[in-house]
Amino acid sequence: MQYQARENMISETYTIPQLDMGQIRSDFPILDQIVNGKPLVYFDNAATTQKPRQVIEALAGYYERTNANIHRGIHHLAEKATAEFEASRRRIQNFINARLPEEVIFTYGTTDGINLVAQSYGRTFLQEGDEIIISTMEHHSNIVPWQMLCEEKGCVLRIIPINDAGELLMDEYEKMLSEKTKFVSVVHVSNALGTINPVAEIIKKAHEVGAKVLIDGAQATSHIDIDVQALDCDFYAFSLHKLYGPTGMGVLYGKEAILNAMPPYRGGGEMIKEVTFEKTTYNELPYKFEAGTPNIADVVAAKTAINYVENLGKEAIADYEHHLLRYATEALSSIEGLKIVGTAKEKVSVISFLMDGIHHQDIGVLLDQQGIAIRTGHHCTQPLMHRFGIPGTSRASFAVYNTTEEIDHLVAGLLKVKKMLG
Amino acid sequence: MTINETQDELIEDFALFDDWESKYEYIIDMGKQLAPLPEEFKTEENIIKGCQSRVWLHAETDGENVNFEADSDAIIVKGLVSMLVKVLSGHTAEQIAQADLYFMERIGLHQHLAQTRSNGLASMVKQMKTYGLAYQSLNS
Ligand SMILES: Cc1ncc(COP(=O)(O)O)c(C=O)c1O
Repeated sequence: MQYQARENMISETYTIPQLDMGQIRSDFPILDQIVNGKPLVYFDNAATTQKPRQVIEALAGYYERTNANIHRGIHHLAEKATAEFEASRRRIQNFINARLPEEVIFTYGTTDGINLVAQSYGRTFLQEGDEIIISTMEHHSNIVPWQMLCEEKGCVLRIIPINDAGELLMDEYEKMLSEKTKFVSVVHVSNALGTINPVAEIIKKAHEVGAKVLIDGAQATSHIDIDVQALDCDFYAFSLHKLYGPTGMGVLYGKEAILNAMPPYRGGGEMIKEVTFEKTTYNELPYKFEAGTPNIADVVAAKTAINYVENLGKEAIADYEHHLLRYATEALSSIEGLKIVGTAKEKVSVISFLMDGIHHQDIGVLLDQQGIAIRTGHHCTQPLMHRFGIPGTSRASFAVYNTTEEIDHLVAGLLKVKKMLG
Repeated sequence: MTINETQDELIEDFALFDDWESKYEYIIDMGKQLAPLPEEFKTEENIIKGCQSRVWLHAETDGENVNFEADSDAIIVKGLVSMLVKVLSGHTAEQIAQADLYFMERIGLHQHLAQTRSNGLASMVKQMKTYGLAYQSLNS
């Protein structure tokens, strides 16, 4: 079997982690389908992961048996919905090891969380001349909100450079830090390169000069164990849809004292204590930041996604994905003319690559014809692409339900692309 | 040949292919055969930006007919572009503005037109028609 042959090709020996792949794959109904006449191979997991049946059932179950508006009703369903909603908050608190449930604020996603911090914390506490540090490998979601703030307040944006492997130059970062540094906002795991950044160290160094730190965890939560207290970050933002959960919901973690000092940034129902036309007093954390009827169903189903991940075990998932990464790195490198972009020592299961003389869009189109879904383009990281002097890459990103056989399909697919375009 | 005759001919050509490989090889071939757009026309003004690939479109009129030249940095898009040029080029502004482009759908390539943001192809069709309209109003 080709699979076996490749398995033996891996140069270093290590034990291949054991997960019940048959069970896992059958948990994801979407995987079992034919696309363009071929079995679907889904390698666009960094964009969004698929959802296990358990999450889909939790969503449907909520609408079938529980649906009501929360926090204000006095009837049975309203109490049930509120209880499930708040149970999700505690589940997520536990998942990221936050000190308090009210440090978990429900948002629409990572982007929404970063905007909340830039608009509420940034506009209140940052002033002209203050410096905000981000990095070269940020997603546009962690660039544009800060640019908007800088434009409004006259703050200065500074950018941590990277090396050719796609790793932050920590020396340069340290040189940038000064009493002018008021905020640092850095991605935990790069969506375009897969690099895992040394965020604990980044946070520690920033705190030494009194700056606050936000970590963009969009790509980290499905791969890495997150402990916000151990990291000591001031904010941590992520999206559930990249964590086997529903779309349209995310989490902003913030330290209680900082969140309490921040003004609300959207006004409306739910976030108030008392409203008169003369003066409105605001509700407490976390409701102060959750104006309007939240995305109740998706929040409720989110805890099922977290349970799913924790039942498999974060460590087992990480080990297995690491195996996929090594396997794929080796297999893809064997294709002549293929170059991997992003070769950091610490990486999650994301591989960006270029093929000599072939436009990434052509690769994407021709793989799609073979039932293989990858991402092509700039991955919402245009400044990073500029750093590498390329317009974009092709990116295959792996989740826990992917297999080495699927990677073999990708390799065969790419060889076909090469043949057709050569 | 009229616009529709060219479209029908393309549909017939594609009917011969029974697998995706031959279909795409044909498109790739057409892309390779399309005369490269002279560098002087690869201007910022002529560029139609997609999210992923770029298309350049240059139009000229001899007073009666409108002629298009185009290019792209991705070869499949270039093949598709060459088909659009073949279909619309050399017709009057009015014919171009009013053309009903049905061949992409019939060939089963409409998903490429739907990918507005990624390949700029839909914007290119729009731009070709806009040239048609513009020249039409110039003529009248
Ligand atoms: C690193 C990173 N940050 C932020 C985001 C934005 O996440 P969302 O679109 O869920 O708000 C993404 C999503 O692609 C990402 O990969």
